[in-house]
Amino acid sequence: MTASVLFDVPGPAARRRQRLGSVLGTLLVLLLIGLALWRLGVNGQLDPARWAILFDTRVNVPQRLLEALVDTLQVAAVGMVAATLLGALLAVGRLSDHAWVRLPVAATIEFFRAVPLLVLILFCFLFLPQVGISISAFGALALGLTLYNMAVLAEIIRAGILSVDRGQSEAAYALGMRKWQVMSFVLVPQAVRRMLPVLIAQLVVLLKDSSLGFIVGYMELLRTARSLVETLNFEFGGIYTFPLYVGAGLMYIIVNVLLSWLARYVEKRTRRDTKAAATTEAELPADVQMGGGGGAVPVR
Amino acid sequence: MRITRYAATLAAFGVVLTGCASEAGNQAQQEAEETTAEVEEVEFEPGSTMAEIVEAGELRVGTKIDQPGFGLANTAGDPEGFDVEMAKFIAAKMGLTEDQITFTETVSANREPFLQNGQVDMVVATYTINDTRKQVVDFAGPYYEAGQDIMVAAGNPEKIEGPEDLAGKSVCSVEGSTPAENIRTNYPEAELVLYDAYSKCADDLRNGNVDAVTTDNVILTGFVAGDPEAFELVGNPFTKEPYGIGLPKGQDDFRDFINDVLEESFEDGTWAEAWDKTAGAITNTEAPEPPKVDRY
Amino acid sequence: MSFLADNFTLLRDAFLTTLSLAVVSGVLALLLGTILAAMRVSPIPALRALATFYVEVFRNTPLTVVFFFLAFGLVYVDLQFPSRFITAVTALALYTAAFVCEAVRSGINSVPPGQAEAARALGLDFRQTLTTVVLPQAFRTVVPPLGNVWIALAKNTSIAAGFAVTDLTAVLQRLANASADQLALVFVAVVVGYLMITLPSAWGIRVLERRLAIVR
Repeated sequence: MTASVLFDVPGPAARRRQRLGSVLGTLLVLLLIGLALWRLGVNGQLDPARWAILFDTRVNVPQRLLEALVDTLQVAAVGMVAATLLGALLAVGRLSDHAWVRLPVAATIEFFRAVPLLVLILFCFLFLPQVGISISAFGALALGLTLYNMAVLAEIIRAGILSVDRGQSEAAYALGMRKWQVMSFVLVPQAVRRMLPVLIAQLVVLLKDSSLGFIVGYMELLRTARSLVETLNFEFGGIYTFPLYVGAGLMYIIVNVLLSWLARYVEKRTRRDTKAAATTEAELPADVQMGGGGGAVPVR
Repeated sequence: MRITRYAATLAAFGVVLTGCASEAGNQAQQEAEETTAEVEEVEFEPGSTMAEIVEAGELRVGTKIDQPGFGLANTAGDPEGFDVEMAKFIAAKMGLTEDQITFTETVSANREPFLQNGQVDMVVATYTINDTRKQVVDFAGPYYEAGQDIMVAAGNPEKIEGPEDLAGKSVCSVEGSTPAENIRTNYPEAELVLYDAYSKCADDLRNGNVDAVTTDNVILTGFVAGDPEAFELVGNPFTKEPYGIGLPKGQDDFRDFINDVLEESFEDGTWAEAWDKTAGAITNTEAPEPPKVDRY
Repeated sequence: MSFLADNFTLLRDAFLTTLSLAVVSGVLALLLGTILAAMRVSPIPALRALATFYVEVFRNTPLTVVFFFLAFGLVYVDLQFPSRFITAVTALALYTAAFVCEAVRSGINSVPPGQAEAARALGLDFRQTLTTVVLPQAFRTVVPPLGNVWIALAKNTSIAAGFAVTDLTAVLQRLANASADQLALVFVAVVVGYLMITLPSAWGIRVLERRLAIVR
């Protein structure tokens, strides 16, 4: 616990001061929240009838949102599995002894990390059919997510492979295993196992990035919410805009927080497990968590 | 469907939670859906585009899902509107049922690639016929003629009667669109605010962040009909925008066929009926005189 | 090529808009993120909770959703940004601050405990320990991760195009629609615009990293 290193255990006077500060601070935050709620109320945004739309099956809102959530999870899951497999391959390739493997793999990784995700998705959707590969909106989004994330994961898995104790590979070589055997039977399984928490955390990034699916007309959660807003706005004016976006936003946050918790739980379990001891933290690099970015694309 | 069951539980929960039911829900319950489309038995010459589509058993149509009156998804997610009705005419004349039409959302930027890549058989999406587009795709129709117009806040506080009055005012449109380009070129005094969707413009006008919104009148009338207390149409169209049905380049048989279907619907009154049922119903306007099909 | 010359002013202005979006929101995010990181390691539980809540909310929400709330949601609490550029800067800064906070926090954790212990032994309080001993060292180790956050931020600025800021992506949309035959050229020009920000940044970070590296 670093925090305890940074300050002394507070004495009675300091504790009193801190408690006072905490109470005042909490009051201030509550006051701000109260102020916001009051203004929302004055503007009629807290009218229960508006929020009831989120639960009203007769207008299909909950069904559409849940279906969209399932569709979002599906595309993220497919992208995640494919990205992990390909990422592991690339990671191994980048560690190859042969320059003719290592260099093209490195170039591939750098390329897909540098290109904005939106460009990749659009590229898959618009250009693959021109060379005779038909692809659905789901396929294009999943493929785009796969390409970007496999490059990101390749770097993470490579670090994982390098972090496996040297004794492991030395022992394997001593048993007469070849390089590819050491990689595929000894190093990669251990690395992926250690990386499991990080891989779950990466799912959060994929879920967020799947909201870029609007560009190919994939009805994921955010696009569905917007579509519902557009439809209901037309019949009822703007009264459902705020509840619907808040609803969709909360769905993202809830699912992603649950995933983060799962990642941390898995991390604790693997840490207790002696075989996967000395695991790294379930923390992705901060920039990876920010997602693939919008990037340069004609969005209309 | 499991989701439906979950949703039903949710609804009960929601009603308990919020203490009442939403206005939208009450209205949806009152509305009963009725659809009319007669399917005919038809034979097409083997090898024709129509025969291929009938063979596939599916007509793939690109449409908009965010434009009231022309193509707007209902809460179940299915598009409804005048464009959609045109697609249904064509399907019916090909002997296909409504279930055999697959609608895909096309936004303005991907209408041409969709056709060029064969991802849809046709695009009916408030698609203005012009020469630049004709270089890459073909058009059947026109089936309607729109025009660029201006939408302002109800009561027209800024007294905007036409594009000349936009000087010094903030006017919202979509980046890269023809209406935006028109304002930029011909009315440079106006301050353009450019989003990626007209629904965002409408939100900005509602919130008082822009003075006006400009695009095709039929798109604007949809917003006005949706919220007449907030919006008002200037009603002074200053361009001509003939809407056509976009087709892949070179399918002349399909283009002729669609033109025949359109002309037939102009004459037998089904075109006007479709108008009354969709765009006409929300704007309370009579069906206009049908345009003349352009067989180029 | 005359096409690029014709649109040079447009492209240059758009590039400057993208650059200033990234720079202004980057500076704000750095400030806010550092404060949040200090809060997360502070002795006061309420501050820790508040900062944790902030980070959890923003890193689990798509950036587009953040934009939506600032552009169209704040009006319901009667707040208004003076311009759409400021709306975009605020959205980008608020979102990025959560990731800056995480990067700085892991930097703080990487400073050997002995440093803080020694500082405390010298009688420094929490604020002094953090600002004069821990943070200066933490910032050295977080230069690479912060640099990557900055590059990701530069890519993320493109979301502002959907919210009425005429940045590189918005201009790409405009030119792509106005001159579809030049699509490839438009694409290259705009992508080069982004690379002009990200590539020198990546290079600069590597130089800084080498110069600031602490041998432990």
